[in-house]
Amino acid sequence: MTLPMGRAMREIFGETVAELANDDPRIVMLDGDVGSSTRADIFEKAHPDRYLQMGIAEQNMLGVAAGMATMGLVPFISTFVSFAVVRPLDQIRVLIAQPGLNVKITAGYAGLFTGQTGMSHIIVDDMSIMRAMPGMVTVSPADDVEAARVLRWAAAYEGPCYVRLVRDATQRLFDDAYRFELGKAVVVREGRDVTLISTGSQTPRVVDAAELLAAEGIDAHVLHVPTLKPIDVPAIVAAAERTGRVITVEEHSVIGGLGGAVAETLSEHRPTVVHRIGLQDVYVESGPNDALLDIYGLSAARVAEQVRELLGRDA
Amino acid sequence: MNEPTTGAPADATEIGRLEEVARQIRLAIVRSVYHAKAGHLGGPLSAADLLAALYFHVLRIRPDEPAWPDRDRFVLSKGHSSIGLYAAMAFRGYFPVAELETFDGASSRLQGHPDMTRLPGLDMSSGSLGMGISAAVGMALGARLTGRDVRAYVMLGDGECQEGEVWEAAMTAARYGLDNLIAIVDHNKLQQYGWPGDGPDGRIPPEVPGELVAKWSAFGWRVLEVDGHDMEDILDVLDEAQHPDGRPVVVIAHTIKGKGVSFMEGHYFWHTRVIKPEELAIALADLGEPLPATNGGAR
Repeated sequence: MTLPMGRAMREIFGETVAELANDDPRIVMLDGDVGSSTRADIFEKAHPDRYLQMGIAEQNMLGVAAGMATMGLVPFISTFVSFAVVRPLDQIRVLIAQPGLNVKITAGYAGLFTGQTGMSHIIVDDMSIMRAMPGMVTVSPADDVEAARVLRWAAAYEGPCYVRLVRDATQRLFDDAYRFELGKAVVVREGRDVTLISTGSQTPRVVDAAELLAAEGIDAHVLHVPTLKPIDVPAIVAAAERTGRVITVEEHSVIGGLGGAVAETLSEHRPTVVHRIGLQDVYVESGPNDALLDIYGLSAARVAEQVRELLGRDA
Repeated sequence: MNEPTTGAPADATEIGRLEEVARQIRLAIVRSVYHAKAGHLGGPLSAADLLAALYFHVLRIRPDEPAWPDRDRFVLSKGHSSIGLYAAMAFRGYFPVAELETFDGASSRLQGHPDMTRLPGLDMSSGSLGMGISAAVGMALGARLTGRDVRAYVMLGDGECQEGEVWEAAMTAARYGLDNLIAIVDHNKLQQYGWPGDGPDGRIPPEVPGELVAKWSAFGWRVLEVDGHDMEDILDVLDEAQHPDGRPVVVIAHTIKGKGVSFMEGHYFWHTRVIKPEELAIALADLGEPLPATNGGAR
């Protein structure tokens, strides 16, 4: 009934970028001294000459990446979301996004799963920040399969992009036939009663929540939105029209992220009430993954419970 | 003046020619900022001789092929001195000199701070201080990885060296032994406002004398010093900087903020300020180009 576990996205990251570099001599890996965590060490083993330790100096690392991009190289960034987005934000803005340089901001440790690190390392608003930045494509894959597809897409894409990757193994949503397309959302469950829209590794838990709801006679439609920007307007409008009731679910702040993007989209194109499940303007404490999902209302059971409640409120 | 002189012997003729280029750059800085009623003065004026030397003697560049892959790179990390760079580029033939009149204007390719997406020949956008040197590290490292004989030059301000990123970049460059990276610090001894003290106009310089040399040395760089207004000295030092010894090179250029304009020299408040018509006349005369007399009167 629940989706099976897949592999950890960080392993997919190290392996996939190493594989891509076999065929593309332009690819380099810039590591902020966390290669053993982000698994950039897998890349290092395969391509020691193109693995560049940048030390604990992330602002410089993003700037170096920009300079390398002007030399025709394709830098991938290895660090955590906290140090790939928030700390070097101005460097990303001025040196990468404004000039449109070909840097792959592939950030690990997205969401709540950070190895019990606490709030300094748990970034709740990276999607809000990055999708607001002009010129920055923002992608949040659901599982290991999609993460590999997204990394392949990123290597081929000419321009800056932000890819958020999860540290630990998460549930697998897609099979090998899955093809990622930038800016396209995917219906992962057909339903008639309520539309659940999710992104990242939250989507598998939403699919599980939909199964729990189905057992109670609530037939949920589930739309997975891997690309936060550019957002798939037609798919979101169609999903809203399908049931007339929209609830977004994200392992992220409800302010400005997926919930914000969906609310913006629908208020312009098909006014619909949008409820947003996610982090309610809070910082996240450290703790085991399952405990955090439960506390912050993001486990399948807690999502189902909130959906039930919201539907009751709407009815 | 547009003729490339890269590699020419640094004899008296060449030095005289570069000094004239620097004078023209200073005139263009003053006229453009006057015209725009905006922009920076003190910083570009202190950097004018260095920019003339770089763009007319040192850099291996092709103004008619700005994206030439094997060109030397130049990053103006102190992006607020953009008008000095634009003037050097215009005189060197990257774009028509008349376009300098559009500086800082809406829709201009000559933005207040350099925007590489608008103006071919700019190797990096800049303006947020401390960042350009990181990009230059990436260029020098990238040149090495792609097997290109390319040098990356970056010009910083002395006040800019207060940004922590500068030292992150300095550590990284030394760690990788990037001897194809040449940083030039325009050490004009003043920043926009600075700390209160007993210096000119009641402010003190960004750095204690000698501190910059000690800091860059401590970070593993080869440090050269130069009088940033002595063209012969500049050419000698920039030539010396090109001889690799396994370390990145920094040239600490001792300069005067506002150099060339009597009432701007050494005054922090000319970092950025609108020029009044009567001030323009004095500035142009200082630079050897008095305004023509009008209505039969003196200026």
